Amino acid sequence: MTAISTTKLTRIFGGGTTFTGRHRPAVHALLDVSLDVAEGDTLGIVGETGCGKSTLARLLVGLDEPTSGKIRLGGKEVRTRGRWDRRERARQIQYVFQDPGSSLNPRKTLQHALEAPLRRLVGLDAGRRRERLAELMEAVGLRRDFLPRYPHELSGGQAQRVAIARALAAEARYLVLDEPVSALDVSVQAQVLTLLSRLREQLGLTYLFISHDLSVVENVSDKVAVMYFGRVVELGDRRHLFQAPRHPYTELLMRSAPRLGQRHIRAETKPAELPDPTNPPAGCAFANRCPRRLPKCRTHPPALEGGPTGTLAACWNPLPSADAETLSSKPVG
Amino acid sequence: MWLFLGKRLFAIVPILLGLSILVFAMMALIPGDPATAILGSYATPENVARLNEQLGLDRPLPQQYLIWAGNLLQGDLGRSYALNRPVAHEVFERFGATLILAGSALLLCAFFGLLAGVVAAVRQFRWTDRIVTLVVLVGISTPSFWLGLLMIMLFAVHLQWLPASGMYAAYGGGDLPDLLRHLAMPAVTLAVVATGVIARLTRTAMLEVLRQDYIRTARAKGVPERRVIYRHAFKAALVTVIPVLGIQAGFVIGGAVYIETVFQWPGIGRMLVNAISTRDLLLVQGGVLVVAVSYVLFNLAADILQALLDPRLR
Amino acid sequence: MDAVSTPTVRPKPGGRSGLRLLVRNRLAAFGLVLLAVLLLVALLTPLLPLPDPDATAPADRLLPPGTPGHWLGTDHLGRDLLSRLLWGSRVSIAVGVSATLVAAFFGSLIGLVAGYAGGRVDNLLMRSIDLVMAFPYILLALTIVAVLGPGLLNALYAIAVVNIPFFARNIRGVTLGLARREFVAAARLSGARPATLLFGEILPSVWPTIVVTMSTTLGWMILETAGLSFLGLGAQPPQADLGSMLGEGRKLLFTAPHVSIIPGVMIFLLVISVNLLGDGVRDYLDPRLKAGALTAPVAATAVQRDRPADRADGSEGPDPLLSVAGLQTEFHQGDRIHRAVGGVDLVLHPGERLGLVGESGSGKSVTALSLLRLVPTPPGIIVGGEIRFAGRDTLGLSARELRQLRGGRVSYIFQDPLSTLHPLFPVGDQLVEALHTHQDLSSGKARQRAVELLEKVQIPGAQQRMRAYPHELSGGMRQRVCIAMALANRPDLVVADEPTTALDVTVQAQILELLRSLAAEQNSAVLFITHDFGVVSELCDRVAVMYAGRIVEQGPTEEVLSAPAHPYTAKLIECVPVLGESDRKVEAIPGLPPAVDELPAGCHFADRCPFAEDQCRRGELALENIGRDRAARCRKPLWSEA
Repeated sequence: MTAISTTKLTRIFGGGTTFTGRHRPAVHALLDVSLDVAEGDTLGIVGETGCGKSTLARLLVGLDEPTSGKIRLGGKEVRTRGRWDRRERARQIQYVFQDPGSSLNPRKTLQHALEAPLRRLVGLDAGRRRERLAELMEAVGLRRDFLPRYPHELSGGQAQRVAIARALAAEARYLVLDEPVSALDVSVQAQVLTLLSRLREQLGLTYLFISHDLSVVENVSDKVAVMYFGRVVELGDRRHLFQAPRHPYTELLMRSAPRLGQRHIRAETKPAELPDPTNPPAGCAFANRCPRRLPKCRTHPPALEGGPTGTLAACWNPLPSADAETLSSKPVG
Repeated sequence: MWLFLGKRLFAIVPILLGLSILVFAMMALIPGDPATAILGSYATPENVARLNEQLGLDRPLPQQYLIWAGNLLQGDLGRSYALNRPVAHEVFERFGATLILAGSALLLCAFFGLLAGVVAAVRQFRWTDRIVTLVVLVGISTPSFWLGLLMIMLFAVHLQWLPASGMYAAYGGGDLPDLLRHLAMPAVTLAVVATGVIARLTRTAMLEVLRQDYIRTARAKGVPERRVIYRHAFKAALVTVIPVLGIQAGFVIGGAVYIETVFQWPGIGRMLVNAISTRDLLLVQGGVLVVAVSYVLFNLAADILQALLDPRLR
Repeated sequence: MDAVSTPTVRPKPGGRSGLRLLVRNRLAAFGLVLLAVLLLVALLTPLLPLPDPDATAPADRLLPPGTPGHWLGTDHLGRDLLSRLLWGSRVSIAVGVSATLVAAFFGSLIGLVAGYAGGRVDNLLMRSIDLVMAFPYILLALTIVAVLGPGLLNALYAIAVVNIPFFARNIRGVTLGLARREFVAAARLSGARPATLLFGEILPSVWPTIVVTMSTTLGWMILETAGLSFLGLGAQPPQADLGSMLGEGRKLLFTAPHVSIIPGVMIFLLVISVNLLGDGVRDYLDPRLKAGALTAPVAATAVQRDRPADRADGSEGPDPLLSVAGLQTEFHQGDRIHRAVGGVDLVLHPGERLGLVGESGSGKSVTALSLLRLVPTPPGIIVGGEIRFAGRDTLGLSARELRQLRGGRVSYIFQDPLSTLHPLFPVGDQLVEALHTHQDLSSGKARQRAVELLEKVQIPGAQQRMRAYPHELSGGMRQRVCIAMALANRPDLVVADEPTTALDVTVQAQILELLRSLAAEQNSAVLFITHDFGVVSELCDRVAVMYAGRIVEQGPTEEVLSAPAHPYTAKLIECVPVLGESDRKVEAIPGLPPAVDELPAGCHFADRCPFAEDQCRRGELALENIGRDRAARCRKPLWSEA
C-alpha cells in the first residue's frame, strides 16, 4: 500500500507582478515531482544544495503549500484548508529537523516540547500524558529525568533523540527526516541511525529520509530518489541505483563522494555552477555539466523512464549498465 | 548602484507624502476652531470668518489638504499672525542658524564618537577603555540643558572666556571668529550626548567585527595589525554605525530645541517653543515640516553612504 | 544497540545566578543601590516631615543651601527646595516609568505582530513606524504637545508615542528572527495555533529584549520628560517636577545658581543610576555577553608557558618542516579551564600531507590555529609545549616575525569561505593584499599575479572576477579564491581547516583535487583538518587521530585505516557507512566524549572503550611507537608490529 504519494508536485517562489507592473523573478524550487513511498519503506532522497529536497519535505508536512500538484497520505488526498485538516495531517506525518539544537525552544523544557503534541493533537489527559512521556523517552533511549531539562543541557545526539520522540508523540506513522544526522558527529550519527532503524521495525514507520550524504542514504533506504535542480532525475531500488546508476548526475555524485580507505575521486574538470533558478533552461538542467550530452538535451526536458534494472532516469542518453560496473574502484591497501 | 539610488529616491516619496499628511492633520486635530486658535481668543468674528475662508477651512478635509499642499509646493507656508510675516521667511532664516549649530555638533560627535569607540574597542579592558566607558556613561546621563547652564556658569560667568548667549555680538560682531566664539559652547553641549551614543555603538560594532572570521583571515595573511584595525575592521564597523549617525542627527536636531533655549541661539528650535507657547500654529506647522524633511533627506544620505560602503546592500 | 541513557549532562557555561552576576558588575551594583535609595526616598516623601512644597514665603526667598529649616535653600517664591525636589522627583519618576510602560506595551505589541505576521501586515505597520520616525525625536514630542496643549499628562503621551517606534523596531527584529526558527515550525506541527506560537513559543525569547530595551530607554524617558517641563511644556505651576524646577531656576542663574543646579544634580543621579543598572541588566540578559563572547581577540594568542615542553623525541632522519611537542592550549572562561589541546605532538616533513582527524571538540582546529597563534585571546592561552617551524620556535617569535610567517611560509585555508573573506572588499583586492604583504611588487604587477592565481585555481573569467565581491560568488568559487590567497606566496606549509565541510560533494571533489595538485606542484606540505575519514583517504599520506585534546593514534593513512591500533580509531571507522558497502553494519560508539574541563585520569576514551581495564584509568598515557612510523596512545593497542 502506498503511504506517501505525490503527483506532479511543484513549488514556485515569487513570480507574479509587482504593483508597478514589473515581473517578479519566479524561482522554481520544485518541479513536477511524483514519488511513491510504500508503507513501511524508507525512501532516501539525495541531492546537493538547491535541489529542492527541503522544499519537498516542507510541502509534505504542510509547512509550505505547493503551487500545484497533489499529495496523498495513506491513500487519501491531503486538503490544506482549515485547522482540522492540519491537525489530521500532523497526526499522520511528522517532521524531524536537521539541527536538533534549533528545533527545540531554548526557553522551554523537554517536557513542554513533548507534551504539546500529546495534548493538542492526541488529546490525552494529564495522567495518560505522563505514561506516554515515559514510553516515548524509553523508545528513544533517554532517561526520564531528562524531561524537566532545557535543550542547552543536552548534547546534539540527545537533542535529536528528543526531536524524534516529539515526532513519535503525535502517533504519526510517516516521518520526514530532513538531514537528521548531518549536524552530528560521526559516532553520534551512528547512534541516531541505529535508533531510527530500530524504531522503524518496532513501530512499522515509513520514512522519507533526506540527506546529501550518499553513503548514509544507501545505508538506510529501500528506494532512492536523486534530485537535481528541483526535479527527480533518477529513482529506483537502492541496490540497483547505486550499483548501476543510469543518470550521469548520479554517477558524478558517486565518483565525487570520498570513501573511507579509497582514493578514487574523479572530479569534473570545469567548475560546476547551477543554472539560474529564476530562468531555468528549456531542456535538461544538467546538460551544461553533462559529459554525455546530446543536442536535444538542451532543448527538450527528458522524462523519467525505466531501464533494464527497473531504475527510472530522466535522461536522453543514460549510462548503460556495463559502464556502471567499472565504477566501483578497488579499495586501496 | 544607479538602480539602488533610483529606488531609494523613489522610496522617500511616500514618506514625504505621509509626512505632509501628518503635519496637515495636526491642524485638523487641534480641538476647537483652528482659525480662532490661530488668531487668538480676542479675534473678531469677522477676522475668524475671513481666515476660515482664506485657509479654505470651511471645505471638506481632503480638499483642504490639496489646497494646503498646493500652496506648500509654491513655497507658501501661510502667515504668522504673531510675527506678522510669512512663515516661510521666518522658518528659513531660523533654519540656517540651526543648521550651523546642529551641523557642527554632528561633526564633533561623529569625529570624537568614532575615535573614542575605536580606541576603547582596541584597548578593551585597559584603562583607556574604562575611561571612555565612564565618560560615555556620564555623558548620556546628563541633561543637556543642565549641562548648558553649568557651562555658562563656568565659561561665561566665572571665567568670562566665552559669551553666554546669542549667535553674534550685538556690537562689532558678525564675522566668523565671533560666530565661532558664540558657537563653541552650544555646539559642544549639543554634541555630548550624541558622542556618547556613537562611541558606545562604535565600540560594540568594532568588538563584534574584530571577532569575525575575516579578521582572522587578514591576520593569517600576515596583514599588519594597524591595517587590520583601521582598514579591515573599521570599514565593516562603519556599516553598522552609519545608520545610527543618521538617527543621531535626529537627536541632535531635536536636542537643539533645548540648547537654543539655553543659549538664546536664534534657531528653529527656540522658534518652535515660542510658537507653541503663543499658539502660533502655522509657524509650528511650517517649522516642523521643514525640519522633518531635512531629517528625511539626511537619513537618505546616510543610507546611500552605507550602500557605498557595503556592496551587499546595493 | 544504542546506549545513551547515561546522562552526561554538561553544566551550562558560566552557570551563575543572575543576581550574583549583577553584583559582580560593580558599576551595575552601584546603580542598583543608588536607584533603590532614590526610589525609597521618593516613596517615603509623603511621610517625611517636610514643609508644603507649594507654600510660598516671600520673606524667605532665595535662601542659600544650609539655612536651618531649609537645608537646600529656597527658591524665588521662598518655597523649600528640598521639599520641592523630593516631590518633584516623585513626579519625574512616575511620568518616566509610566511613559516607558506605555511605549513598551504598544511598541512591543506592534513589533511582535509585525515580525510574526510578516508580509503585508508587517509592511503596513513598519511603514507607519518609519513615518513616525521621520520626525526627529524631540520634535515629534513637541508637535504632539503643540496639538494637545502643554501639560504633564500630555507630555507623558508625547514621550510614550515618540518611543513606540524604538520598541517596535527592536522587538520586530528579534521576533522576525525567531519566527523563522525551526522550533516555531516544530511547535506548529505539534498543533499549536498562531496565538499560542506567538505568545507561548516566541514571546519567552523576546522578553529579554523587551526588558533590555525598557531599561535602556527609561533613562531617556526621564530626561525627556524633564526636558519638556524645562521648556515649560510639561508640568504646569504650581505643580513641579525636576525639569520645571530647572526651567524656573534658569532665570536666576546669575543670582542664585543653586536653584537650578540642585534639580539638575537630582536628574543626573536618577538617570545615571538607571543607566548603570540598565547596562548590568543588558549584560546579564544578552546571551552573547554572558558567554563572554563580546571580547575582541588580540593579534596573537597569549603564550604563558610555565610548563617546559616534555619533548617526546621520536623523530629521526631529516629535519622536519614542522614539529610540535607537548602543545597545550586552554580556554579560560571565568573560573573554568577548558583544556582544548592537552599535549599534542606532531611532525610534518616538507611536501607531506598530514590529515588531522577528530570529532567536534577534539581540539583539532585549536591545534591548527595554535601553530601561528591564531587562537583567539581572550579566552585562549597557549600554556605549554613547543612549535618549531623550520627550526624556530613560533611561540617565541616577535609580532613582526610572526607576521612574516603568517601568509608567507605558512598559510591558512578556513572552513566557511563566505565568512572568511572580507565582505566589503572585492576578492581581487584581497588577493593583491596577500601579495603586497609579503612581496615587494608594483600594484600593476601584483594585480597581474592575482589574475594568474585566479586562473590557476580555475576560476573562469579571472580578469572580471577580480572585481567581484565574495557574496557574488558561489561557495566553491569563494573557496577557490581562498586557496589562491593561501598559495599566493608559495608557502612551505598550508594549514587547511575543514576547507570542504561547507561545500557540496561535487564541489568538494573539485576542491580536493585542486588542493592536491597545486600543493604537489609547489611542494607545499599540507596539514588537513577534517572529521571525514573519506577525505583523509583521498588526500593525505599520513593521518593523526585526535580525541579529547590529544592525538591517540598516528601513522600512514592506509595502514591506520586498514589496521587501526587505537580502539577509538577502530570504533570510529565502524561508525562510518561506506558507499557501495551497504551490507556493512554501522556500529555506534556508546556515550559521549568527556567534557574538556572535566577530563578523567588515564585514557580519556576508557569510559567508552569495550577493552578498557582498570589500568587504563590510571596515570598518564604517552603516545608510544608501536611500529615503523606508527604510534598509539593506548595500553592495549589492537595492532602493533611486535
